[in-house]
Amino acid sequence: MIPLSWYLILSAALFSIGLFGVLARRNAIAILLGVELMLNAVNINLVAFWRYLDPVKITGQVFAIIVFAVAAAEVAVGLALVISVYRNRKTVVADELDMMKW
Amino acid sequence: MTTETINTLIWLIPLPPILAFFLIVLLTNRSKALSHTIGVGAAALSFLGSMAVFIQAIGKEHLGEDPFGNSIPWLPTGDTWFNVGVLIDPLGAAVLFFVSITIFMIFLYSVGYQNFGQPKGDHDRPGLPPHGATVTDELGHKHTVLSVEPMYSRFFAFLALFAFGMYTLVVSDNLLTMFVGWEIMGLCSYLLIGFWYGKESARNAAIKAFMTTRIGDVFMLLGISFLYSATGTLTFREIFTEEMLHALATTATPILGLSAAGLIALLLFIGTIGKSAQWPLHVWLPDAMEGPTPVSAMIHAATMVSAGVYAVIRMFPLLTADFTGHGLTTAMSVVAFIGAFTALFSATIAVAQNDIKRVLAYSTISQLGFMIAALGIGAYVAAAFHLITHAFFKALLFLGSGSVIHGMEHGVLHTGNHKVDPQDMFNMGGLRKKMPITFWTFLIGGFALSGFPVITAGFWSKDEILADAFGHGHWAVFATLAIAAFLTAFYTMRQITLTFLGEPRTEEAEHAQETPWTMTVPLMVLAFFAITYGWVGIPEHFPVLGGLIPNWFHEFVGGTLAEHPEAVEFSWIPLLTSLVVALGGLFFGWLVYRNVNSPAEDKLQIPVLKNKWYFDEAYDFLFVKPAYWFAETFIYKWMDTGVIDGILHAFGKVTAFLGTSIRQYIDKLIINEFMGDGTARVTQWFGGRLQPMQTGRIQQYMLASLGLLIVIGGLLFSMLVR
Repeated sequence: MIPLSWYLILSAALFSIGLFGVLARRNAIAILLGVELMLNAVNINLVAFWRYLDPVKITGQVFAIIVFAVAAAEVAVGLALVISVYRNRKTVVADELDMMKW
Repeated sequence: MTTETINTLIWLIPLPPILAFFLIVLLTNRSKALSHTIGVGAAALSFLGSMAVFIQAIGKEHLGEDPFGNSIPWLPTGDTWFNVGVLIDPLGAAVLFFVSITIFMIFLYSVGYQNFGQPKGDHDRPGLPPHGATVTDELGHKHTVLSVEPMYSRFFAFLALFAFGMYTLVVSDNLLTMFVGWEIMGLCSYLLIGFWYGKESARNAAIKAFMTTRIGDVFMLLGISFLYSATGTLTFREIFTEEMLHALATTATPILGLSAAGLIALLLFIGTIGKSAQWPLHVWLPDAMEGPTPVSAMIHAATMVSAGVYAVIRMFPLLTADFTGHGLTTAMSVVAFIGAFTALFSATIAVAQNDIKRVLAYSTISQLGFMIAALGIGAYVAAAFHLITHAFFKALLFLGSGSVIHGMEHGVLHTGNHKVDPQDMFNMGGLRKKMPITFWTFLIGGFALSGFPVITAGFWSKDEILADAFGHGHWAVFATLAIAAFLTAFYTMRQITLTFLGEPRTEEAEHAQETPWTMTVPLMVLAFFAITYGWVGIPEHFPVLGGLIPNWFHEFVGGTLAEHPEAVEFSWIPLLTSLVVALGGLFFGWLVYRNVNSPAEDKLQIPVLKNKWYFDEAYDFLFVKPAYWFAETFIYKWMDTGVIDGILHAFGKVTAFLGTSIRQYIDKLIINEFMGDGTARVTQWFGGRLQPMQTGRIQQYMLASLGLLIVIGGLLFSMLVR
C-alpha cells in the first residue's frame, strides 16, 4: 500500500503550485485557478488522513464534500466578480485593479 | 324631622356658599347675572336650611342638655381621634338665625349696590370703584348714570367664601373648626376691604385689618393649644363638663396668679379683641370702611365682629370657671374693663366723625364693648341678646348708609362735581324727602341703636345689660356704660339730623335718588327685625309690659349653660337710667345739630376726638415706624446687604477663582492639550507613517500575510519543539 507520506507530499506540492499561481500570476482568472488548486490540495490531505487514520467514521469525506461545495460557490462568485470588473475596467490584470490604494 | 335628618342638615348649611365660591371663581365669573344668581341662591339655600334647623331647635324641649349635632373622627392623634362635628345648642340656634338672615339680606343688597343692570362704565377699571357711564336717550340728551362694578362676579365669590366661614364658625362643635372659619373670615375681610385695590387707602386698610387681627389670632391659637394640651380635647361639650372645668379652675399657672381656665379664657379673649376690634386693637375697623358698603355690613354686623363676641360667649363657662359669685375673677375683670372702656372710648370718637360710615364703625366698636363688658360681669344672656339685636340694627344702619351713599353718588353724577364726597354727612341734609324708604328704615335702625324705649330691640337688650350691671353691683361698669349709651344716642341723632333732616346743603343732595328694590327690601326686612326681635326678651317683672310675652330669649339661650342663669330682679334705677340716656341723647343730638350746616359750626369737632385720641399716630410711632426702621436699616442695610450678601459674594469670588484655575491648569492643559489633541496628533502621525503600506495590490497583501504566517508558524513551531 502506498504510504501516507506520498499523499502528503503530493498535497504539499499541489498547494505550493497553487500558492505560487496566486502570488505570481497577473491574470485574475489564473489567481482563481491557483485558489482552486490550494483547496483541492487540502481535500487530498483530508481524504488521505481519513483513509489512513480513522476509516470507520466518515468525517473526512463529509469535510471534503463541504469544501467542494464551498469551492464551487466561491468560483461562481469569483468569476462573476471578474466579469463585472472586466466590464467596467476592460482588464483582468490584478496589478491594474488598484482602486483600494490610498 | 328626625334628629338624624336635622344633624345632616346642619352639616349641609355651610356647603352652598363654598360651592358657590368655587362655581363663580372657576366657571361663571364671565357672566355677572349667573354669578349673582349662584351667590344669592347659595345664600338663600343656607338661609332656608338654617331656618329649618332653627324652627326644629326652638320646638325641642331641653335643647341645652341635649343639643343637635354629631361628630366624626377626623385626625388620628396617637391612640385616639380628634373629632370634628357640628353642634346647634340654643345659643348656636339663636346666632344661626340672625346670621343667616343678615347674610341673605346682604347678598341681595349687593346686587343693587354694585349696580347690576347698569351700563358698563366709560373708563372703569378693575380695582377702582365705578365712575359712571354716559348714556344717550332717544332725544339725544346725554346723561351720566351709575355704572356696574367691573369685578362684580368676584365680589360675590368673596362674599360667598365669607359666608362659608361664618356658617362654619357657628355650626362647629369644637374650637379647631371654629378657628378655621374664623381665619377664613380674616382672609375674606382682607380681600374685601382691599376689594378696590386700585386705591392706596384701600390697600393700606386691608393690610392693617389683616395684621391687627393677626395679633389677636396668634394669642387665640396659643389659647387653643394650651387648652388642648391641658384637656386633650377641643370639643365644647367635652370641655364644659363640671369635672373638666373644675380641674382647669384649680390648676394654677405662673402668669398673674391666674388659673388655667382664666388664662386660656384670656388668651382666647385676645383673639376676640382683634376680631371684634376692642381697644387696644380697634384701629383696623374704621379703616375697613374703605371696602364696599355690603362688606362693611358683612364685617361689622353679620359676621366677623359678631364672631368675636360669639367666641367669648361660647367660652363663657371657661371664663367663669373659677367664679364663685363674690367679686369678679382677674380674667373677668380684664374682660369687663376692656369692654366698658371700649364702649365709652369709641363712643367719644364717633361724636366727632363726619364720614357717615365711620360714625357707624365707631358705634359698632362701642356696642361690641357693651357686649364684652356684659360678659365680663357674667351677664351671659344679656350679651347674647345684645349681639343679636345689634346685628340686626347695625346691618340695617350700614346697608342704610350704603343706600344713602348710593343716592348721593347719583346726585354727584348728575351735577358732575366729583370733588363732593358722597360719604361726608355735611354734604347731605334733607334726604328724608328724596329717599323716604331709606330714611324711615335708617331712623328705625338709629333708634334701635340709641335704645329708644319700648318699641325698639336695642332698648331691651341694652337695658338688660345695664340692669345686670346694676343688679350685681358693678357700679363702675354701670356708670361707664350709661355714659356710653348717652353718647350713642347723641351721635346717632347727630347722624340722622345731619343726613336726613333740615334742607339739602349741596346740590348733590338735592338730586339724590331712592335706590332700587334689591337695596330697599333688605332694609325693610332688617328694620322689621330691628323692632320685633326685642320683644322676645322682655323681662318678666317689667312694669305693664312684663309677662305679656314670656321672656322666651332668656329661657331659651340661658338653657345653653349647665347652670341656668337667674334673671336679675327688676329695679327702677337702671330702667330710668336707660330711658334718660336714650331720650336725652336723642333730644340733645337733635337740639345741637338741627342748625349746624358746616364742620366749622360743629362745637364738638375737637382735635383729640376728631383724630381718634391719636391712636393711629401713636401706633404709627410705636410700632409701624420702628418696624420700618428695623426692616430698612437693620434687616435690609446691615443684615441683607452686609452680612448675607457679603457671604454670598465671598462664595461667588472663591468659586470663580476655583473655576478659572481648573480651566487654566486642568481643562486646557491636561484634558484638551494632552488627552484630546495629543491622542489625535499621535494617531495622525502613525497614520502618515503607515500610509505607504496601502498599495492596493492584492498580491502584495497576500505575500505579506504569507510572510507573517511563516514567521508566526516558525515561532510556534520552534516553541512547540523546544
